[in-house]
Amino acid sequence: MNTNILIRFIKHLSLAVLLVIAFGCERDLNDLKPVTYPTNPEVFIDDFSAGLNYAAFGGSDPKAFSVDKEVTYNNSIQSMRFEVPDLNDPRGAYAGGVFYLETGRDLSGYDALTFWVKASQAATINIVGFGNDLGESRYQASVSNLLVNTNWKKFIIPIPDPSKLKMERGMFFYSEGPENDRGYTFWIDEVKFEKLGTIAHPQHAILNGEDRVESSFAGVSKAIDGLISIYNLPDGTNRAVNVTPAYFKFISSDESVATVDDFGKVMIIGSDTAVITATMGGIAADGSLTIQSMGAYLNAPTPEHAPENVISLFSDAYTNVPVDYYNGYWQPWQTTLSADFEVNGDHVLNYTNFNFVGIQFSSPTINATQMTHLRVDMYIPNPINAGTVFKIQLVDFGANGAPGGGDDTSFTLTFNSASLISQDWKSFDIPLSSFTGLSSRAQLGQIIFEGTNLPNFYVDNIYFRK
Amino acid sequence: MNTINTFSYMRLISFSLLFLIITFGCKRDEFQKLDQRSWELTWSDEFNGEEGESPDTLKWAFDIGTGEGGWGNQEFQYYSDRPENISMDGEGNMVITARNEPFAGAAFSSARIKTQGLFAQAYGRFEARMKTPYGPGIWPAFWLLGSNIETVGWPQCGEIDIMELRGQEPHIIHGTIHGPGYSGGNAITKSNALINNRYDKDFHVFAIEWDKDKIDFFVDDYLYQRIEKSDVNGEWVYDQPFFILLNVAVGGTYVGFPTSQTPFPQTMVIDYVRVYKEKI
Repeated sequence: MNTNILIRFIKHLSLAVLLVIAFGCERDLNDLKPVTYPTNPEVFIDDFSAGLNYAAFGGSDPKAFSVDKEVTYNNSIQSMRFEVPDLNDPRGAYAGGVFYLETGRDLSGYDALTFWVKASQAATINIVGFGNDLGESRYQASVSNLLVNTNWKKFIIPIPDPSKLKMERGMFFYSEGPENDRGYTFWIDEVKFEKLGTIAHPQHAILNGEDRVESSFAGVSKAIDGLISIYNLPDGTNRAVNVTPAYFKFISSDESVATVDDFGKVMIIGSDTAVITATMGGIAADGSLTIQSMGAYLNAPTPEHAPENVISLFSDAYTNVPVDYYNGYWQPWQTTLSADFEVNGDHVLNYTNFNFVGIQFSSPTINATQMTHLRVDMYIPNPINAGTVFKIQLVDFGANGAPGGGDDTSFTLTFNSASLISQDWKSFDIPLSSFTGLSSRAQLGQIIFEGTNLPNFYVDNIYFRK
Repeated sequence: MNTINTFSYMRLISFSLLFLIITFGCKRDEFQKLDQRSWELTWSDEFNGEEGESPDTLKWAFDIGTGEGGWGNQEFQYYSDRPENISMDGEGNMVITARNEPFAGAAFSSARIKTQGLFAQAYGRFEARMKTPYGPGIWPAFWLLGSNIETVGWPQCGEIDIMELRGQEPHIIHGTIHGPGYSGGNAITKSNALINNRYDKDFHVFAIEWDKDKIDFFVDDYLYQRIEKSDVNGEWVYDQPFFILLNVAVGGTYVGFPTSQTPFPQTMVIDYVRVYKEKI
């Protein structure tokens, strides 16, 4: 071994010792650096950016997207071209798809997705956005009804809370149907994330900014919806962005009454009052849900009729037949709203601000000629006063199987306050023969509830039986 | 190219780069280098009133109504003295609020106040710390008019716009003077744009420093425009007292129409207005 080799050996030795010192001891978790993702802002400038893939949405024309060399923004080399199909085009009903990555990018340093767009005609693109990763799409953000025309225009979609986008895979998505049943073409170019610094005055809202108060029970779960974020763009105009719940932080004022998860799902677990609010990026959102929980829910009596003797419209105990709707929102006279809920797996209809409501089952209508009774379970949470009246109307659509046409028959039964009870379930089990004016029940199509001084009640187990 | 040549070439480049840095560096510094002055406060309003309180009538007078021809600019708003349009916020600011509401025959309401008849000064430093409103067709201003406007009229009286902004460009402010022969579209004006930011996101200090030879325009103590007497292609009418105005206009020839996309209400939040004279 000559000196040189010795020196080299010693050098390596010391390095080895160093390595042992550095790595040999127990691994300190504090030394672990979080995985970082690339911060590449480009989605499509003149071509697909690194790692970008495209997938068409189900039911859309899979060939709607192509790369175009002819029509480009600012004479760039290529743009994205989207061909929206005509109505009833056999290739697909609309144009839509996702540009996504296999591994995420860190977009937390940007505040907007921007792109240029023009179209072969003036049109309104249904939706464009980012954060759709063909999976959970946890941080999806989008803008609806984008107005485009035959000139190139720059569009800005503000990022609701950039700090969330540490490993985002959904770079861009779009969905657009025909305009007046006819297809057309639009182009998008220079798609990139930017740090503009000129997006200002964020305003966030849950429940569309309303302060709602609801009576409820332990075991009821409900979703916080109506999520909106509004930003002021560099031209001083506001833009509303559709956001997913994960951008918000939801807070319950009393976790022993109600809890709320990261997705805005509220679970009522106790009795008393809890207020659900939210923040985004440290800014309080408008809107709140005050829950007045009355404690344990009293379930409707479990029906005991054999399934083969039942035609069920609404019950968790039976398989229900097709129903068009449980609230027709018949304008202009109906005031009734729906606040249906689910409690420990039991679905319940809740009619609020009630005057009347129609339940329709027209496709197909119900042949109840073999049935003998109508069952309806009803719970009135508020005290009943002397003037309270409840009516049940059954409508048969006649030979034509549709409302109107001169062949409809119906009959209404009236129940006064003496025959109603509050804060407990009342099971109506009405012989169909009591509906004396109902000349046929071969084409039953509607049940209509009507009431006076009856603002709020729950309904469960609506079915015909024999 | 041989080695020596390459070397000299590189040296030449480095030298020119150095030279460029020196020249440009100096030029800007030169412009920003201002005469040492010591200022003495002569008038101020800190707007420290209770929430909802109206402006101090010992300091401010109101302009009310729609003016003649929309205050000469086809503006849309009705200026009122209601707290809904102008009042203290209880946090040390005065707030001028432009609202989209039918009011006294106009489609919008807002406010405009002035120190006319109460305070005026020739020369000195005039400054305001404020947060601007935004949105297409919104036109906030912090400005001065010559006190002799009643006798000689406009533009003979002179006008110094310390800060104006078009709400559709919330990142650009304009400093302007109007006088005889150089008013309206021919005014002497310059803009200052923020890069990756805008004026309505935070408070900024807008100021002029004015003496018998020139008017310097500042944003946050950055000098962006100097108008010297010799720059004025007309009569220099800035040797007499001027009074202060603050307002938020809606619409008008300068800013254009508000649109359905203009967010309302819009507020201009003013932390203070201070006036100084040079200490001799």
